[in-house]
Amino acid sequence: MTSAASRLRDPFAPPPDPAARAGYADHPPRVGFFTDTSVCIGCKACEVACKEWNVVPEDGISLSGMSYDNTVGLSASTWRHVAFIERPDGPPAHTGPSADTGPSADTGADGHDLSWLMASDVCKHCTDAACLDVCPTGALMRTEFGTVVVQDDICNGCGYCVSACPFGVIDRRQSDGGAHKCTLCYDRIGDGLKPACAKACPTESIQFGPLDELREIAQRRVAELHEIGQPQARLYGEDPADGVGGFGAFFLLLDEPEVYGLPPDPQATTRDLGRMWRHAAIAAASLAVTLAASAVWDTAVRAGIGQHGSGPQGAGGRL
Amino acid sequence: MTAGAGRRGRGGQEAQQVPDAEFSSYYGRPVVRETVWGPDIPSYLFLGGLAGASSGLAAGAHLIGNRKLALAAKSVAAGSISLSMAALVHDLGRPARFINMLRVVKVTSPMSVGTWILSAYTPLALTAAGCYLTRKLPLIDAAATIGAAALGPAVASYTGVLLGDTATPAWHDAHRELPYLFVGSAASAAGGFGMLAVRPDQARQAARLAVVGATAELTARHLLERRLGPGAEPYRAGRPGTLMMAAEALTVGGLAGAILARRHRVVAACSGAALLLGSALTRFGIFEAGRASARDPKYTVGPQRGRLRGHPDREPPAAEVQ
Repeated sequence: MTSAASRLRDPFAPPPDPAARAGYADHPPRVGFFTDTSVCIGCKACEVACKEWNVVPEDGISLSGMSYDNTVGLSASTWRHVAFIERPDGPPAHTGPSADTGPSADTGADGHDLSWLMASDVCKHCTDAACLDVCPTGALMRTEFGTVVVQDDICNGCGYCVSACPFGVIDRRQSDGGAHKCTLCYDRIGDGLKPACAKACPTESIQFGPLDELREIAQRRVAELHEIGQPQARLYGEDPADGVGGFGAFFLLLDEPEVYGLPPDPQATTRDLGRMWRHAAIAAASLAVTLAASAVWDTAVRAGIGQHGSGPQGAGGRL
Repeated sequence: MTAGAGRRGRGGQEAQQVPDAEFSSYYGRPVVRETVWGPDIPSYLFLGGLAGASSGLAAGAHLIGNRKLALAAKSVAAGSISLSMAALVHDLGRPARFINMLRVVKVTSPMSVGTWILSAYTPLALTAAGCYLTRKLPLIDAAATIGAAALGPAVASYTGVLLGDTATPAWHDAHRELPYLFVGSAASAAGGFGMLAVRPDQARQAARLAVVGATAELTARHLLERRLGPGAEPYRAGRPGTLMMAAEALTVGGLAGAILARRHRVVAACSGAALLLGSALTRFGIFEAGRASARDPKYTVGPQRGRLRGHPDREPPAAEVQ
């Protein structure tokens, strides 16, 4: 299941089918999440359901000061993370006609208007998954559903995936030394169940299903939002032409991705790997040639000294 | 706490000019994750480089019968590659499972490729040192010496890809120059060690390697910083900036000594030590620059925003703006 060198970029390749590329001849359709943040109410049921189902350990109970967000971000022990963005000025967004689909409007403690953005973040299950590419043990693997999971019994905690992920999703857990992240509930979807977070979501902000269908649903939803005066609604990660070949878990956002702590133009670092190996080969060859030339020179000089009989101690000759 | 999420403005505390300084972030939180690697890794980058280039130097010295230098170079190669392996295993979250590295061969994983290179190189370096030291099995010694010399440059250069193949902004941005920088730095360290370990009249080959290596290191670094322009800030600011500056001063000093006064025992030894230290600090500086660039979201968001706006400050084609 190692990703082949051919993955190192062909922009004209047929539509990406990561499961087939990983060697599954006959496989179910690729599944994923569509997280529609316009209906997220920030209840964190997804965070809790994920923890419960996956038996993810507690990762610190403290107050961050970041609105209602006390898990702060995705980590080895937080596989769903709800972001809370408070905006005291209230952007044009929430003056739109439909309060029920827009960011919720509220009044802050100091009396003036407050607008909210809430979004449940998760592993993107990238088409071109850098974490999987760089994993040296094969612990990270592609499933038949096109998702990316860590095999905990193989991971040796090298931490390379942590630095490779363009979203800062996967992390090494202090307590067991292994890398952990969302599995898209591999143990549930195989039995035809929804992942725990999608099951628990009371507003269907988190939708699970075949990726093709989710993309259609998402397109319709964006068009609908644009129609009712939410021009800032946009999809994030649904485009297979993006830097990671499209996400397996994509989003509808109501502001720029970076407002939610997401990278605006993520790239799988392994896309440049061919070029990197070339430079490394040239660099290594340059050193080898330098050393060889130096040795030839020394040998020639020594032979010259020997012939001219200018001293037996001349090991090395002149520079 | 004020309601200030998704604030406009600069991310981290170190406010400096950076391309397109206006950007948003989520409470100033990082976008990519800072490496979980500890000081073991920059130590390994230095020691592995020292070992790799020393094996090349040892072969040259062995060939012309410069026993003192060959012995020093082989010994330091064997010693530092052993320490490297220890550092690499120690840095794992689950050290007992190091062996899992050997269950697959993956060209898409520089760490996998590197593990295989090290697995071939390490026994050769140890054999070359052992045989030479004990003056036993000269044929095996010669074969191991040649093998280690052939693989040494790969040991020194692949680490540039190891760092480049990450989402850590300062490392990925430097992926073009890092292999050259690391190979130069490795040669500088190996040459420097030779100058430190043996008398100047026996250290000519070492001094020559040191001059070539230090020049390559300084050149690659200059090219890197010039190409990145304002994006080289993580290499210049704060603690990594201090490390990089100290490294440059030491390498320039050592280079000058290696050129001008290599026949003077004390000066040559000091120059060698400066080159060694300079090489080590370079690796730590680059490592720390990567950490700093991952911590501050401006280094992730800024260039990506620029790319989307069509600023040609990076080569890959921009994806469609939603």
